[in-house]
Amino acid sequence: MRTSGWVQRTVVSLVYAFLWLPILVVAVVSVDTSTFLRFPPQGFSLEPYHTVFTTPEFTTGLVSSLIIAVFTTVVTLAVAIGASLAFTRHTFRGSGTAQSFFTSPLLVPNIVLGLALLLLFAPLGLTDTYTGLVLAHVVLCLPYAIRTITVSLSTVDVAGEDAARVLGASPWTTFRRVTLPLIRPGVVAGAVLSFLVSFDEAVVSLFLSGFDITPLPVTLLDHLETQAGPEVAALSMLLIAFSLAAVLAVERALGLGRSLRA
Amino acid sequence: MAWGLLLPGLGVLLFAYAMPMLWVLRMAFNRFTGGGGIEITLTLDSFADVFTDPYYLRVALTTVKLGLLVAAITVLVAYPLALFLVRTTSKWRGLLTILAIAPMLVSSVARTYGWMVVLGNQGLLSAVLTGLGLTDTPPQLANQFAGVVIALVQIFLPYAVLAMTSGFGRLDATLEQAAASLGAGRITRFLRVTLPLTLPGVLTGLLLVFVLTISAYVTPRLIGGGRVFVLASEIYDQATNQLNWPLAAALSLVLVIVFGIAVTVFGLLQRRVERWVSGR
Repeated sequence: MRTSGWVQRTVVSLVYAFLWLPILVVAVVSVDTSTFLRFPPQGFSLEPYHTVFTTPEFTTGLVSSLIIAVFTTVVTLAVAIGASLAFTRHTFRGSGTAQSFFTSPLLVPNIVLGLALLLLFAPLGLTDTYTGLVLAHVVLCLPYAIRTITVSLSTVDVAGEDAARVLGASPWTTFRRVTLPLIRPGVVAGAVLSFLVSFDEAVVSLFLSGFDITPLPVTLLDHLETQAGPEVAALSMLLIAFSLAAVLAVERALGLGRSLRA
Repeated sequence: MAWGLLLPGLGVLLFAYAMPMLWVLRMAFNRFTGGGGIEITLTLDSFADVFTDPYYLRVALTTVKLGLLVAAITVLVAYPLALFLVRTTSKWRGLLTILAIAPMLVSSVARTYGWMVVLGNQGLLSAVLTGLGLTDTPPQLANQFAGVVIALVQIFLPYAVLAMTSGFGRLDATLEQAAASLGAGRITRFLRVTLPLTLPGVLTGLLLVFVLTISAYVTPRLIGGGRVFVLASEIYDQATNQLNWPLAAALSLVLVIVFGIAVTVFGLLQRRVERWVSGR
């Protein structure tokens, strides 16, 4: 058993190294002084990070992405809380079907959904608008938010809600004063995941963005094809750091595994 | 009451999900008249283009080949990690699980960029290989099929680990101990106990990575660098550069059909494995 333990530890360590290699490499290149893509780095500098925040292309992309992500998160939460309440607190015909429908966007390839949205939104004038991008992102985020909120709702004891109703509280008061505080972890996890999914989304946004609105991942994608110097690494590193912060937030709120397991 | 709570969600999904999906299905039967012109009609022209042009056939085959290869390698790499995470009693288990899954939430554009640095002409890999004196002409993995495979394996590894750790639920240490006390060697134990019990999880992982790979756009475009053509990149090119929406729609349907075939085949395999595992 002892030799096999040693072999297993080596294999598992190698897999971890492989998994984190590109992320570590981006971190190293992002503080390089060289102006084009190469390894090993030529020197240490924080200049690339400064460049990111002074390049108008990146700052406008960042602002667009933040606007889209904030609105997407708010709409997604409102819609997902309602739907999750319906799925967990009510029994009605078609509940199972409706639930599958709400989570099914996860199964559709983003490239197909992006094309579909372009074909419908272009004639309606919704491409290259915040309305169009937010609607598309809400569809992508709903499965995650519904997942985390239903997990929370189904683990919470309904006795408190029943007691509030018996004591004369309206459904809205019961929800606001009893249910919402109890399901906060699920709502927080859903909000963080929605924000992140929206903020990182590249493919669907690529179809729907144009001259007026270009979210950051789309800017980055376009940039990577032409020049891939340290400022692109710095930008990637910022996206990575942002994601890892979100991972910690979700883990603390509800647990990462529970939130993502479909 | 229940439907009232569902109404806003249904509204959003009908408008920004169901309608577009139906519209793309309908679009595949329209006729492209050149220069972005589309004639609303019912024709199989675009499908004829897809199925008779050897180029599209090759693109479809590349996509499926990429999907199978990435799925197989990813599951092979993820297996020891998933097994370790399910079995370990280490106090670091929580942290180790997060380390294995967290990259899933890191922007795929950023991670693909990392692989461009590793695999590029003046990248980490070529620096290491020439530095060790192993080769004077480092392998050109960027702009190659192999480079796309390596990057996609890493990108989808967390998905496979997650699918497999939840699928390994039936794995029970006492069964393995029982087999050991009855005199089964390490290899027999793995082949007769561990592997069959983990096979359902392995199949789920395979299916998940396959469907994710055939839909991938960012990595084949960036690492493939205009040399590796897959259905996803073709759909984007037809939709935005050629403005041939009917063809883009037809290619999307082909992608969805491949997706459906995969789900069906894996479903059948899954049932057979279930019967085999529980039947003996």
